[in-house]
Amino acid sequence: MMRGKARRNLLWLGGALVLASALAACGKDLPQNTFDPAGPTAQSEKDILFWPLVIAGLVFVLVEGGIVFLAVKFRHRPGRDQLPTQLHGNTRLEIGWTIAPAVLLAVVFVPAVSLIWQLAERPPNAMQIEVRGYQWWWGFEYLDQDMQVSYGDHAPITTADVLVIPADVTIDLSLVSAGGGAHDDEGNSDHEVIHSFWAPRLFGKQDVVPGKSGLDNHIVFSADEPGTYYGQCAEFCGLQHGMMKFRIVALSPTDWQAWVLHHKEPAAKSPTGSAAQGMDLFFGTNGEGGQCIACHEVGMEGASVNTIAPNLTHFADRSHQCFAGCDFEVFNPDGSCNQQAIEAWIRDPSAVKLGAKMPDYGLPDDQITALTDYLCSLN
Amino acid sequence: MASVTVSTQKGILRRPMATTGFWSWFTTVDHKKIGILYGVSSFAFFLIGGGEALLIRSQLAKPGNTLLNADQYNQIFTMHALTMIFLFVMPMSAAFFNYLIPLMIGARDVAFPRLNALSFWVFLLGALFLNSSWFLGGAPDGGWFAYAPNSVVDPGNGMTFYAIGLLITGIASTVGAINLAITVINMRAPGMSMFRMPVFVWMGLVVQFLLAFSLPIITVALFQLLFDRRWGTAFFDPTRGGEPILWQHMFWLFGHPEVYILILPAFGIISEILPVFARKPLFGYQFVVFSGIAIGFIGFGVWAHHMYAAGLGPVANTAFGISTAIIAIPTGVKIFNWMGTLYGGDLHFASPMLFAIGAVAMFVIGGLSGVTHSIVPSDYQQTDTYYIVAHLHYVLFGGAVFGIFGGMYYWWPKVFGRMLNEAWGKVQFWILLIGFNLAFAPMHILGLGGMIRREYTYPASLGLTVWNQVSSVGAFTIALSVLLFIINVVRTQAKKRALETDDPWDARTLEWTTPCPPPAYNFAEVPTVHSLDEFWHRKYAEDETGRLVRVPAGASGEAHPTADGHGIHLPSPSFWPLVISLGFPLLGYGVLYSWWLIGAGAVVIVVGLIGFVLEPSVAE
Repeated sequence: MMRGKARRNLLWLGGALVLASALAACGKDLPQNTFDPAGPTAQSEKDILFWPLVIAGLVFVLVEGGIVFLAVKFRHRPGRDQLPTQLHGNTRLEIGWTIAPAVLLAVVFVPAVSLIWQLAERPPNAMQIEVRGYQWWWGFEYLDQDMQVSYGDHAPITTADVLVIPADVTIDLSLVSAGGGAHDDEGNSDHEVIHSFWAPRLFGKQDVVPGKSGLDNHIVFSADEPGTYYGQCAEFCGLQHGMMKFRIVALSPTDWQAWVLHHKEPAAKSPTGSAAQGMDLFFGTNGEGGQCIACHEVGMEGASVNTIAPNLTHFADRSHQCFAGCDFEVFNPDGSCNQQAIEAWIRDPSAVKLGAKMPDYGLPDDQITALTDYLCSLN
Repeated sequence: MASVTVSTQKGILRRPMATTGFWSWFTTVDHKKIGILYGVSSFAFFLIGGGEALLIRSQLAKPGNTLLNADQYNQIFTMHALTMIFLFVMPMSAAFFNYLIPLMIGARDVAFPRLNALSFWVFLLGALFLNSSWFLGGAPDGGWFAYAPNSVVDPGNGMTFYAIGLLITGIASTVGAINLAITVINMRAPGMSMFRMPVFVWMGLVVQFLLAFSLPIITVALFQLLFDRRWGTAFFDPTRGGEPILWQHMFWLFGHPEVYILILPAFGIISEILPVFARKPLFGYQFVVFSGIAIGFIGFGVWAHHMYAAGLGPVANTAFGISTAIIAIPTGVKIFNWMGTLYGGDLHFASPMLFAIGAVAMFVIGGLSGVTHSIVPSDYQQTDTYYIVAHLHYVLFGGAVFGIFGGMYYWWPKVFGRMLNEAWGKVQFWILLIGFNLAFAPMHILGLGGMIRREYTYPASLGLTVWNQVSSVGAFTIALSVLLFIINVVRTQAKKRALETDDPWDARTLEWTTPCPPPAYNFAEVPTVHSLDEFWHRKYAEDETGRLVRVPAGASGEAHPTADGHGIHLPSPSFWPLVISLGFPLLGYGVLYSWWLIGAGAVVIVVGLIGFVLEPSVAE
């Protein structure tokens, strides 16, 4: 029996080591791997764990190994009838194993505390972006002076679902919970609830708290390299908490310049063909349609903001990879517009994402196709 | 209840007399029968909560699974937690405490036997009330932590059931806590000083104090949540001027002591089992006791470590990080003392011992991952991921559930007069150990690999499908192990009572001085206690050469009780606890559906209380 236990414990230990190395090895296949940081914030949060993990590993081996050792060494042997020495304790040992862990903990805690304060700092020159959590998608607003659109009332550039940033630039995110009041088919409205913003390879979580106590919640981070980084809401926020994802696209300096210039411009005013029909339906220009504009903005003359629903001004821009909580891809793998997913969404949002706050308007198929064509033209 | 006034009153308030038969279970005030009632019902909820766990793991067995939709999944994970915490581990601990504490301290019952019955019935009816939500429009779906304002604005009645259900079971726990604490303080046999009490009784005492001080906090919070939801107050909803973080403080100020409420009973069980099967006393008894008390105290000062990411600021995060690290120290002391108990022992690996050692070995893993949470910046990454799910299951399943199984194997002969089958027990242990590690070890990887908690599905692109599948296999392996336990129980109970001795494990504590199962009066003659591990010292003494030898039966000076217990006054059964309890769910449904039901519930409770107070203290 004990031999079995010893063997199994060793197996387990070996298994744990294999698992840990597996995690490190296939890091590139894990888009949300906290042990594969891609920026200084996530890096520091990983590094601070090194010594605690080493110590925990040693204690693990010591205690588990100790238990197995004691269990084997002092197992009952057949024929023994003598009682063991009735040992009641040892005060020196007790003091020792009280103080030793205390000292170890104190040692690993000094750098941890210093990092807590470091991460709470807000550098003065960071790029300011406001992150808004809705049920169940993320909106982003670029607060810096030079990030305003060139038309209408010069509102900040706004995106939904995908946060686009310049690589290697320090970003300071202000976190806001912004239930907008959109209603789903059953009249359940979008509320200001707690979310948590998390992109594991870039930064750890910070909750998005409605009301006064959440006013100062922020995240300071940067991405070392251009690329796409995955994230999602980490605090349970209602029905579709599991489908409240986002992506952070970090661009090289030249790509970033182009992206900003493009996003300062309004959407095209005169699409062609089916898309033109879709545009009429979108805005309800010909007395038909008009449901979309009731909630969604497409920036042309007025503001270009996330109201109670995502801003669609540059819906089909290359950087806008995904929509509706990043559950659905805007583009097919071959780069063409993912008409199928967009049509399915417009047809009945709740059928593809239960409880989604966009109602099912029961539109006929030809209108859905036209609207999809219009959205795909908003590059 | 020592100085009761004998009354001969008759009439409507006559007390029921039967102490055997089916209906006697509804009126019993015997702590042992109440313990069994607690045990059976909480085990039933363990199976329900386990079924919910299997549904969760089935849903997560493949990416993009549609077995459950978001709505169903949210209800099931919420109810899994509520069931396992409030309807299984807490009442199962109450089962052990109820049955064993009076026997271990040499008492004939708890201090307030009818209140004890009231605790049980209120618990059971509250639990049934909470679960009735499944059939009344949907179970709670806002998580057991019920973060406001989502829990306030959450549509449907689920979270209202949550608030009322936990308020009712909270009444049960509060009443039970006061009763058991007073029992330990006041009902000890002559000579049973505090530091001659078994560690299990000590842990029981600490748990009752934790309950008594933490439940009022959640009670206030639950009332606020209920009023926010039902009558439009604005405690937690910021759009109406409320403060959502207030809920978190109150919830975790209860919720963290709650963790120790769940684990300390298992620590007590482990501390009883290890010495018996190592055949030597517990190493560092005082240190084990004091570390338990220290854990209880510090447990009230660590609550905000659940809220590092909430934005409390660096001062709070530093303070709670440090207090969290500190609580690891007394926990470590316990572990080392248990290892010290094994050292130099003559270890017999019967089923209780396997489960106890397994509990220590698995709890250590949860404890170590717990220490990594106290490193606040890295917790920003870990919190709300499966890493936390792994941690909490290593602590609560690895620690508490293994401990509870150990306790069941150990005290089964005491309670039922039959031994559970040892071979089945050992097989069950190894399958449980393997299944448990398969289910929860991969969750460390899942969490660090970026999988969040409480998501009803995940994409294949997350790259974590394999570990999810391993975990699901593990969950079903655990189910197999539990099935083996049930078969073992059924096979054992089908047999005739056949115990060669009333002391099958050569145990150390007073409960084993009584017959198996003990008579209603427990002790024919109240024992006089001379030392810690009293029973052991009655059985063994040093001979001339200093060797410990067994004292011949009957020579210990304190004869094995042979009296038949006639003339021992015991409290009579009562149906009033059940009557009062029936009023609480009525009140609850009233809050949801109708003022008339509130009135009916109130009437039942008031009538029940009047009956409770006025019934003659002794049956005629």
